[in-house]
Amino acid sequence: MEYIDLHAHMASRTTDDYEQMALTGCVALTDPAFWAGFDRASADSFDDYFHQLTEVEPKRAARVGIRHYTWLCLNPKEADNRALARAVLEKIPKYLDRANVLGIGEIGLNRITRNEVATFQDHLDLAAAHRQIVLIHTPHLEDKYKGTRLIVETLQRDGRIDPGRILIDHAEEHTIGIILGNGFWAGITLYPQTKVSPQRAIDMIERFGPDRICVSSACDWGPSLPIAVPRFALEMRRRGHDEKWIRKIIYENPITFLSQSPRFLIGQKMNDGNGRKAQSAPSGR
Amino acid sequence: MERDFLACPLTGTRLIDEYFIENRTRLLDLAAFLDRLDRAADPAADADFRMQAFREGLRVLCGSSGPRVERIQRVFSDPTTEPADGLDQKSACGAYDHSKAGGA
Ligand SMILES: [Zn+2]
Repeated sequence: MEYIDLHAHMASRTTDDYEQMALTGCVALTDPAFWAGFDRASADSFDDYFHQLTEVEPKRAARVGIRHYTWLCLNPKEADNRALARAVLEKIPKYLDRANVLGIGEIGLNRITRNEVATFQDHLDLAAAHRQIVLIHTPHLEDKYKGTRLIVETLQRDGRIDPGRILIDHAEEHTIGIILGNGFWAGITLYPQTKVSPQRAIDMIERFGPDRICVSSACDWGPSLPIAVPRFALEMRRRGHDEKWIRKIIYENPITFLSQSPRFLIGQKMNDGNGRKAQSAPSGR
Repeated sequence: MERDFLACPLTGTRLIDEYFIENRTRLLDLAAFLDRLDRAADPAADADFRMQAFREGLRVLCGSSGPRVERIQRVFSDPTTEPADGLDQKSACGAYDHSKAGGA
């Protein structure tokens, strides 16, 4: 079954992981700019990272037939550093024209400091000025509820970006209602140990319905599973759900959201009834 | 908020048939964790804000029906609304320390 992983930090994963994803039906993934697990020494490090995200990873993915897309930003884990944020934000516009860049992300909050909120606002300015779609990280664990509310309030006060062009990720039971109820897309990230399991993700989909919800692996350098999305599909079947709902959540919904970027070239024919399959990935350049 | 929902096709009995064993295991794991803490007999463990939230979560778990997961999530959550003035640590720890805030 074809699927799209909307949140996969492939820059931290091996070629074997790409292969596992291809073998389980992944046709495209999006790789949001992320924290390296340590604070980078300077803004110049981000030139290398943005080069990796826009040039190196698309070629690795193409070797196994997966189309690689990305989102650019300074991630929330480093966003408290305002000097770094200003320097990195200055660099981003020159990368926005690259062929696989879909928008700004994953921006948001980590420990919910005033500096993080200011950096988040700076990224919204950038997204609004360049008419980008946006992927938002919400804090984990005890910070999630407060952080999600602050993010939604900030977006509503700002008002320049249509909520339908924003996906708020890492939604859980106490935040998904706030996200969907205010018109945003909600992402559910599937983790093997610490966060949402496939079972709980399906519970949320049953409660809130299958519209404007995407699931992803959020695989990175930590404990995570690159094939979490097909495992989710397997759990949907175990729960007795129809294949059409599985396809909607793991393939059609990501296409509907991501196609708001003109760069996203998967499944454009999905809605015109001719049943064409997704386009194949580009050959490595 | 009312939205369309996607009903689970399985009956209650089918859900038990399919999921009982793995959830029984989870329940035993939880009990084993609490027994382990008892055996450690460390007074600091009882006072630990994470375990206080954990025990409050257990009370919600064993209480009457309702959205238990959502309520337990709220037990662990930071209830404040203002951003912090500075960064204290890089990562969250799973429960909000009410004593740190000087309130509640
Ligand atoms: Zn991420």
